[in-house]
Amino acid sequence: MLRRLPELLVPAGLVVATALIGLEVSSYLQAYFLDTLVKVAIVVALYVFIGNSGVLSFGHISFVALGAWTAGILTVPQLQKQLVMPGVSHFLLVTNVGNVASLALAAAVGLAAALAVGVPLMRLSGLAAGIATFAVLEITNNVLTYDLTLGPGLNGFSSVPSTTGMWQATIGALICVVIAFLYQRSRFGRMLRATREDPAAAAAAGISVHRQRLLAFALSGGLAGLAGGLYIHLQPLQPSGVYLDLTFITLAMLVVGGSGSLLGAVVGALAVSGLDSFLAAAVNGVDVFGWQLTLPNGTAEIVVGTLMAVVLILRPQGLTGSREFSLPRRRRTVADLEKARVPT
Amino acid sequence: MTVAFLNLTWTTFADGLALGGVYALMAVGIGLVFGVLRLVNFAYGQLIMAGGFALAFGQQWNLPNWESILFCFGVVVALSVLMDRVVFRPLRTHSPAVMLVATFAIAFLLQSVALVAFGPLGKVAGQFAFLNAPVDIAGVEIKKIAVIAVATAAGCLIVLQLLLTRTSVGLHLRAASTDFRTARLLGVRANRVIAGAVIVSGLFAAVAAIMLSVQTTQITNTFGLQETIYVLAGVVLGGLNRPIPATLGGFSIGFAIGILGGVLPSNQAQYLPSFIFAAVIVVLLVRPNGLFTRGGGAVERV
Repeated sequence: MLRRLPELLVPAGLVVATALIGLEVSSYLQAYFLDTLVKVAIVVALYVFIGNSGVLSFGHISFVALGAWTAGILTVPQLQKQLVMPGVSHFLLVTNVGNVASLALAAAVGLAAALAVGVPLMRLSGLAAGIATFAVLEITNNVLTYDLTLGPGLNGFSSVPSTTGMWQATIGALICVVIAFLYQRSRFGRMLRATREDPAAAAAAGISVHRQRLLAFALSGGLAGLAGGLYIHLQPLQPSGVYLDLTFITLAMLVVGGSGSLLGAVVGALAVSGLDSFLAAAVNGVDVFGWQLTLPNGTAEIVVGTLMAVVLILRPQGLTGSREFSLPRRRRTVADLEKARVPT
Repeated sequence: MTVAFLNLTWTTFADGLALGGVYALMAVGIGLVFGVLRLVNFAYGQLIMAGGFALAFGQQWNLPNWESILFCFGVVVALSVLMDRVVFRPLRTHSPAVMLVATFAIAFLLQSVALVAFGPLGKVAGQFAFLNAPVDIAGVEIKKIAVIAVATAAGCLIVLQLLLTRTSVGLHLRAASTDFRTARLLGVRANRVIAGAVIVSGLFAAVAAIMLSVQTTQITNTFGLQETIYVLAGVVLGGLNRPIPATLGGFSIGFAIGILGGVLPSNQAQYLPSFIFAAVIVVLLVRPNGLFTRGGGAVERV
């Protein structure tokens, strides 16, 4: 386990470094760093399932949405709650919890929802899984948009306490990274990776593909819920904010970084988020080495979309090659092997 | 004049048929390309979007209608072929899931290009809006577009069926979608077959664009997106592997949406997507190979 520690420390270090830089910059720029850290949490949550199982999921953003809704509804002060979401059910109206509890509940709701959805869905793989998880995203978005007993509906939240500062965002992202690391080194993670490489052989070795996928799906749903809780405490969200666009950008991050490794998930999230933030800022006009740069709205999506397509075509394993970070080891040369050979 | 139950009128029924027809065409477009490339084209909606913008430019330049239609066909087919050359060809050897993610990226890319180029409000393509006017058939008011859509869809599907079963190109296409590698070994030219599928798929996207522009004259960068999501679900629902089940899947989802959208009161109709997608999930669980397929399709053994 000790030799494997860099596998955890490097992604975690990248998160901490991002946070430390974020503390130094102006509060205007800090918003982008906070957003990046939340994206890291989401992408790592995606990675726990997609990376380890090799099954595509377009549906994880629905767990982010459920986590966000949970944390949001339970923390909006009661007076504002009556104004912002007049139709909300009585229980949700009178129930309010603290900040940390709202995040824990967000994670719990994400986990429970993923478990419930996963029991039937984890029997599918390949394209069917892609479409079915997409259907889950559509249903979640549809219900959250129109069901006013569950929340504010189409207009989205307001007056959610913005408690996701640098501390909470960093700790949240770190929790995701640590859990992802512990999971992938556990026997369950290894079993799931075996099913990723060859489902038939893994099943023959006594691994229940369904059960291992379900475990990872629930775990990543829980992490996605936590990330959603952090997200709503960072900025008020509308149903459209946790729908196709977020699905696209987070999948792009995972794919660009390399969907097969934790390092890939973190690097992808940081790199694409950095690029995306810069371009988003450039839409409002930024100063680049004395040049005033103003880009039209939508440029960020064009660049990220192109980047994602190019990476998929030229380097489908992502920037990190889907490898974890490991310390360089001395290669044993042929001469060494000759020397080590026992004379007969 | 109403059908016995609910408040289903013949008008609604015709609208359902029309929407089913348009979705069936889109389903064929997606299914044909899947057949030869094993690629689910998420960016199909953006081909339709491009067709919509082509029509809008046709109107802006005051082209006669038949010229706008030709222009629309030209733009969509060109984009379709371009997509194949630039994106699909390098991805051919990848897994279906990777290709799906790649086309997802292309879809967003094209959508953003349209947003940058034409703004959030888009452009207007109203030259075919007059087809919304009703026509009286046996005492029932039916929109002209409903009649045209059903007729066009039926015509296109018959022509396609003849193409597939009566010509050598069709034979090659069918051979390639049954077993691409063996077909190549037997002398089917891969690039030509794929180009054929991509062009036909583009033609159908253009037809769908024209049909959809009758209802939605405001062409924005999300034109065709929601429809494509439904059709993708429908195609998987019907069974991706064969063209006819895929078409039936697309048709039934369009028909269901058309009918339910007309019949349900608006406080229930807003949950229509949930019902449809829940049905998709159930079907996928019960029949992972699709509703309209027979047996087969077991997991590949080692």
